[in-house]
Amino acid sequence: MLNGTNFCTTVAPDGAEEVEMPKTLEEINEKIRTGKVVVVTAEEMVGVVAEKGAKGAAQAIDVVTTGTFGPMCSSGMMMNVGHSRPRIKLGGGAVTLNKVPAYAGLAAVDIYLGVTAVPDDDPRNAVFPGEFRYGGGHVIEDLVAGKRVLLEASTYGTDCYPRRELATWLTLQEVNEAYLFNPRNAYQNYNVAVNSSDKTIYTYMGTLRPRLGSANYCSAGQLSPLMNDPNYRTIGIGTRIFLGGGVGYVVWNGTQHSPGAKRNERGVPTGGAGTLAVLGDLKQMSDRWLKGASFRGYGCTLVVGLGVPIPVLDEETAAQTGVSDADIQAPVVDYATAYPERRPDVIQHVTYAELKSGTINVKGKPIEATPLSSYPRAVEIAETLKQWITGGKFELTSAVAPLPRADSGLVMGPMANHPPDLDARSA
Amino acid sequence: MAVSHKIVLHFPPAATDQPVIYRLSRDYGLVFNILRASITPEEEGLMVLELSGEEDDYRRATDYLKEMGIRLQPLVQDIRKNDDRCTDCGACVGVCPTDALVLERPTMKVLFNPEECVVCGECVPTCPVRAMELTF
Repeated sequence: MLNGTNFCTTVAPDGAEEVEMPKTLEEINEKIRTGKVVVVTAEEMVGVVAEKGAKGAAQAIDVVTTGTFGPMCSSGMMMNVGHSRPRIKLGGGAVTLNKVPAYAGLAAVDIYLGVTAVPDDDPRNAVFPGEFRYGGGHVIEDLVAGKRVLLEASTYGTDCYPRRELATWLTLQEVNEAYLFNPRNAYQNYNVAVNSSDKTIYTYMGTLRPRLGSANYCSAGQLSPLMNDPNYRTIGIGTRIFLGGGVGYVVWNGTQHSPGAKRNERGVPTGGAGTLAVLGDLKQMSDRWLKGASFRGYGCTLVVGLGVPIPVLDEETAAQTGVSDADIQAPVVDYATAYPERRPDVIQHVTYAELKSGTINVKGKPIEATPLSSYPRAVEIAETLKQWITGGKFELTSAVAPLPRADSGLVMGPMANHPPDLDARSA
Repeated sequence: MAVSHKIVLHFPPAATDQPVIYRLSRDYGLVFNILRASITPEEEGLMVLELSGEEDDYRRATDYLKEMGIRLQPLVQDIRKNDDRCTDCGACVGVCPTDALVLERPTMKVLFNPEECVVCGECVPTCPVRAMELTF
């Protein structure tokens, strides 16, 4: 289907001889329609591949479902709020939802609310560590929970848009469109954060105790979407997914997509690598799968539930979806020194199996390892997606274009550093 | 009048090398019973103790503690886990100084054991979805 060479072996009618038969995405969708599809979660697939081997698993299993439920800061909502009477041009003006500023540099009534935005009067870190009780992510959670939110705007008047001030309550069902558009979700692997300094630090990786007193990690490991398709063979632009409890799509590679990152012998990256940009109708989503979150001393964000189905088209896909926590390494990074200073130093690598045991050894010292990404909810997402597929409600799509792969040479780079010469500017 | 209070003391790093408890006893004549403590030099520390003595002495002693930059919290509060908000992420487990918040394995669900909780309150602002609640 994807490259014309995806075959799996099926038993011939006489049962005596095996013949090579292609297994296409359309055949899998036909099985979904006729209720014959066999779906397992990525967690269950570990056992299937261990028992049957990749070849046997490719024959037995049609779809593997993945899931992840973690804080994803590069998320937000695009909304068209409809036109007031008389009309107002929000574009170029200032707009807030429940006092949280939204971006209004678009057409008259299109706005974008990012999940890390906080009200102008939020004390932020003025009293450290700040609480960040309410931000863009919380507004989105309130909307999907059916709560009304207060839209306030002030702008300039024009001949066609005379109104300058606006305040109105809005509900999700009353606006024209509201869709989640997340520029970077589902990071393929991530850092394990530790703190070598003498004081507690408050980071986007949570609260880190001093002198390597704790290690925080944030990945569903063996259940995480891109861990199960490390080379983006099936996941691409147009892939239909579970997003926030509704249906969404992969629309592009995520920002900072870095397929050229280092990989282990299985092809799984040993640090942050691929990412997904995703989009889905917010009106279908639920507050069980979109939760506003506050990271003490850091800021607001949104916890996003995301799951991707992977069609088992061939033996290679089966082998890759059989990945287990013991097969995936994550880099341990010091968030007191290396991270803020943007140094590439990695203390060491640990596996997700070690992390999930609750203790890792760093520099010979046992450290308590705690997750920030909910594994039980990741399991629930993969199970939900499985039920949608076996229930005939969710068919798989083939990618209309691939994500950049390792051979693209694409690697995330640092910011350019060209300080402006202020004297030259006036010359 | 004699009083007896159970309190939680939050020590800033600068106060952890001070003989605070000795002074409570010598200077203010209080009887102390340490219920739980987690104090390392130059780190934020935590101590749960019962203090008994004369009311005036107790008041002067708490003034002294506040002067030392030590935050006092009466142990009459209760921590509750709101299961409707909890997502079982696990962020609270790393800051809990006792075994009140633990991960159940292999499910990785967050378990709250109230009998182990010293009501230090660290989990309340640490929980990203504010599922840990302080009640009175």
